[in-house]
Amino acid sequence: MARTFSVTRQKGFTSTALICFALLYLPIATLVVYAFNAGSSVAIWEGFSLRWFETAWNNEHVLDATLRSLTIASIAAVVSTAAATMAALATTRTKPYPGLTFKYAFINQPLMVPEIVTAVALLILFSRIKVWTGYAGLGYLMLAHTAFCIPFAYLPIRARLENMDLSLERAAADLYATPWKTFRRVTLPLLWPGILAGAMLAFVISLDDVVITEFVKSGGQDTLPTYMLGQLRRAVTPEMNAVSTVFLVLSLAIVTLFFFINRKKH
Amino acid sequence: MSMVHQQTLVLAAERRDLRNRWWLCAPALFIILIAANGPVVIELLFSFMVKGDYGDVKYWQFSSEGWFSVFFTRDIFDDSITLADAHVTILLRSLTLSLATTGLTLLFGFPTAYFIATRPPHRRDLWLLLITIPFWINILIRTFAIQELIRNEGIINSFLLKIGVIDQPIQMMFTDFAILLGMVYVYLPLMVLPLYGSMEKIDFRLVEAGYDLYAGSFKVLRRVIIPLVKPGIIAGSILVFIPAIGAYVTPRVLGGGKNLMLGNLIELQFGQGRNWPLGSALSITLMVIVTAALLVYVRNATKSDLYHG
Repeated sequence: MARTFSVTRQKGFTSTALICFALLYLPIATLVVYAFNAGSSVAIWEGFSLRWFETAWNNEHVLDATLRSLTIASIAAVVSTAAATMAALATTRTKPYPGLTFKYAFINQPLMVPEIVTAVALLILFSRIKVWTGYAGLGYLMLAHTAFCIPFAYLPIRARLENMDLSLERAAADLYATPWKTFRRVTLPLLWPGILAGAMLAFVISLDDVVITEFVKSGGQDTLPTYMLGQLRRAVTPEMNAVSTVFLVLSLAIVTLFFFINRKKH
Repeated sequence: MSMVHQQTLVLAAERRDLRNRWWLCAPALFIILIAANGPVVIELLFSFMVKGDYGDVKYWQFSSEGWFSVFFTRDIFDDSITLADAHVTILLRSLTLSLATTGLTLLFGFPTAYFIATRPPHRRDLWLLLITIPFWINILIRTFAIQELIRNEGIINSFLLKIGVIDQPIQMMFTDFAILLGMVYVYLPLMVLPLYGSMEKIDFRLVEAGYDLYAGSFKVLRRVIIPLVKPGIIAGSILVFIPAIGAYVTPRVLGGGKNLMLGNLIELQFGQGRNWPLGSALSITLMVIVTAALLVYVRNATKSDLYHG
């Protein structure tokens, strides 16, 4: 039987694409599968077991690092989203005014600088401040994370604001609502999905960060990614696979939620 | 109320609005100033200072030594100037590996994006999702996954040893090949997404016209499809090149201590190297390369906006 001629067909493209998809998932799938290995090798399968998840759970360092990661990410997400929401309100829904482009460029600037450059710059500054003040707590990491999360939180909030209908707020003002009441009862509820999306994006970005954390952290302040980076140099057991698997599931869960929230607005 | 009076009121309201907008922006601008943009300016200053004996710099003693040593070394005995081979090698390796990563992701990403763009519309979202998911997984985990495959005791070597194809594990870790493989794997989604964005808009009647005029499928690809998706090719290439040239995690894990890239060389200056001005100068060099690439990206984006509305 003759095949029908298709204008979209290109020789070898479909197979290349399918191979690409397979190769994209194969390494990750292997990593996850070996987290359930009963043996202590990450390459030879010896049967199913949850022992490495148990080992990881009982590993004080892993638990510590995870808790620290979650703390930093929560603080960074809340603070950066609050700052980004205010900034978004100040940079949308108006005719261009002097300073608008400056604000926009300044807020987005961290996205354009390679992470290693910012990381080293923060190392220079914070190491000085640490000597001056004697304070070496988690504050530096929280501040650094908040800063690079702001542009990520800003983008979805700004997008949401730009698509929002102004007439409802005008109606509220016409009905003698004070500006604050209008904001709290009309603008904020409408903007809420954008804010939530921004916060989640910020949370994931903070949770994922390796480079800036690696340079800013003081001794004993490992987050989960920097702990993993340190462990990768040693002989690896499936414990790392188990930690990676939990981390991976956590990130994907948040991202799924993010897409769900973002989708509802349309 | 007089007209003039009313006008003053409007102006005053506008001025108040403007002031409020500055106050609203203040927290975001302040945080970014002290923990992102400001420190980078300090870094630029540091690149022009005299290096301290145990790291750090000698404050307000300026020198161009940091920048000088990006490319040259001065002999400690006779002050003769020679090219800093190690730095040049690393700079060239960074450029070569990033360009190779860009080329390879394009080679694999193009058919993949094309495949997605030619699926029925309701299926495209699913394929796109499949491309996006790995992107949300921590880069460290993805690099770790590659390491598990190519280690001497890794999956590939264990398998080949078991079936008897080789009797010695193939050394793949800690080579340029490992870095390249890792970067292609990690950055492929960044290539596919903008390519898809361009391909989605292809008017396939143009392709049909090509076939009607007796072009073969390769000629149609070369003369019709590729010119149409050129903005996507440029965008994807730059989006891959930028993180690749500044890569730190992938070369550190897969390249080890010998096969450094620019990011690792920068780190070295703040660690064992104890040469902060040189480290700062290298950082700024990296930033200049990335900014240049971004400018090309922006120009390309505005141009393609002009053509496609």
